Amino acid sequence: MTDVITRAEAHTEAPPPVPRGGARERWVRRAPLLPALIFAIVVTQVPFLVTIYFSTLSWNALRPGSKKFVGIDNYVTVLTDNRLRAALLNTVVLTAGAVIFSMILGLALAILLDRKFFGRSIVRTMLITPFLIMPVAAALLWKHGIYNPDYGLINGIFGGSTAWATSYPKTAIITTLVWQWTPFMMLILLAGLQSQSNDVLEAARMDGANAWRIFTRMTLPHLRQYLELGALLGSIYLVNTFDAIYTITQGGPGTATTNLPYEIYQTIFSKFEYGEASAAGVVVVILTIIVATFALRVISGLFKVEEGR
Amino acid sequence: MSTATAGGRRLQNAAWGVVAWIAGIIFVFPVIWMLLTSLKQSKDVTTNPPVWFFTPTFEHFSTVFDSNITPFLLNSLMASVFSTLIVVMLATPAAYALSLRPVARWSDALFFFISTKMMPVVAAVLPVYLLTVKIGMKDNIWTMVILYTSMNLPLAIWMMRSFLLEVPREVLEAGEVDGAGLITSIRRIILPMVSPGLAATALICFIFTWNEFFLAVNLTDTNASTAPIFLLGFISGRGPFLADLSAAAVLLSLPVLLAGWVAQNKLVRGLSMGAVK
Repeated sequence: MTDVITRAEAHTEAPPPVPRGGARERWVRRAPLLPALIFAIVVTQVPFLVTIYFSTLSWNALRPGSKKFVGIDNYVTVLTDNRLRAALLNTVVLTAGAVIFSMILGLALAILLDRKFFGRSIVRTMLITPFLIMPVAAALLWKHGIYNPDYGLINGIFGGSTAWATSYPKTAIITTLVWQWTPFMMLILLAGLQSQSNDVLEAARMDGANAWRIFTRMTLPHLRQYLELGALLGSIYLVNTFDAIYTITQGGPGTATTNLPYEIYQTIFSKFEYGEASAAGVVVVILTIIVATFALRVISGLFKVEEGR
Repeated sequence: MSTATAGGRRLQNAAWGVVAWIAGIIFVFPVIWMLLTSLKQSKDVTTNPPVWFFTPTFEHFSTVFDSNITPFLLNSLMASVFSTLIVVMLATPAAYALSLRPVARWSDALFFFISTKMMPVVAAVLPVYLLTVKIGMKDNIWTMVILYTSMNLPLAIWMMRSFLLEVPREVLEAGEVDGAGLITSIRRIILPMVSPGLAATALICFIFTWNEFFLAVNLTDTNASTAPIFLLGFISGRGPFLADLSAAAVLLSLPVLLAGWVAQNKLVRGLSMGAVK
């Protein structure tokens, strides 16, 4: 295994064991961690606690004097209202669609780039470019330059007068996200492919295994943790998608592309229903915790492998 | 291996190379289209079918520069530079305490940090918004610096930790044997070894801050608006606006594009929070 460039499993050894020490020694160890820990708690956890408090209030900023305690009323409203359920469904569809398609495309491109060919680094540079474009700029470019019915690139090349962003809103959003996120998946999967031992693959070839068999029996299992990692990180970033929806569809037509971040954004900044928005925020965090517990198990899977080496 | 199959494989590689080139061109094409649009004469911008050959003009770029772009660029620069500096200053010691001289229950701390990254920003934005309004810190660039710091902190801690773990233990122990104190070993051994990692971490934080939109659109109005907000000002729906918009988009994407192209080998490690090299 001489030409293993990188192995995710082996790249970090476990930290040295924590020796038992006196209280002083423990505080000396903790000291460098504390500023970051305190900062993270103050800036991320405290606002959330306040959100929980707000969620128990009937509070519309446009109605003076409406700020009063109502217990779980907001939660009842939020959970029985179709809006949040629709937004939840949209979030799942948009996130899953973007993650799955960018993963498939990213895998195909990573396999292509794993071969030696003329100008490989130029192609790699071209392929990562979409990821480096400012997301709002990318969204505006797709909306006005590509999806526009009158002068957009699609109708310009293929003819027709389809208003892509309004006729196929979900597809339009997902396409834009896939375009931006495929490079991300590609880079992670390419790192995975390049960490595969060439000797083992060569041996399998010598034994007469065909390319498909090698791919399904050896490469895919090897890539598994890279696929998991890509899906996990992609979901973390994409579930919060706001830029593309704000710019391309404004959540519409109707509520066809209103995801949870956009729904809560509207409840706060257009309807001024602070209490309801807070309850919706809390529900979203609870859902995230459920998904994240599962997700963290995946990461800690990667983590344990690291420690075991 | 016989020469015939080697030649065959070379031919096969070349064929797949062509496929890869086509894929690369398709992916980069929207960006090229954006660049072309930004260079078109106003009359050529909204034609159907599109005009491919034209006399390029820089008038749209001068329009952008005449549209009061400087405050937006300065705000973005300030937010990115200061939040990146603070992130690095907070994350590096924290990563040290989670790797080379770990605290008890270091993995809990590590997962706490990543869990703050998973929490949707929307769930915390209202209290932050109301607080900043109340204390007069809304539309203030320092508010954005603080928020961007917390946005990038988990990423930076994970990333720095993965770089610190690469410092060979033997080197550290050898330093200790030679009588190097903690400060000396950090300064003389650890910092030089992780400085490429530090640079990569800073770069990733810079990219994410430069591109951030949600917080910027909700917490800034006129004083602290950053580059992404500047773009929104170009949407007018009238024909040639697309060229001005494209020019602005090209300009504002340029810093991150250049940085990302130069550092593409470090990119994957940063984006995967140090899990993939």
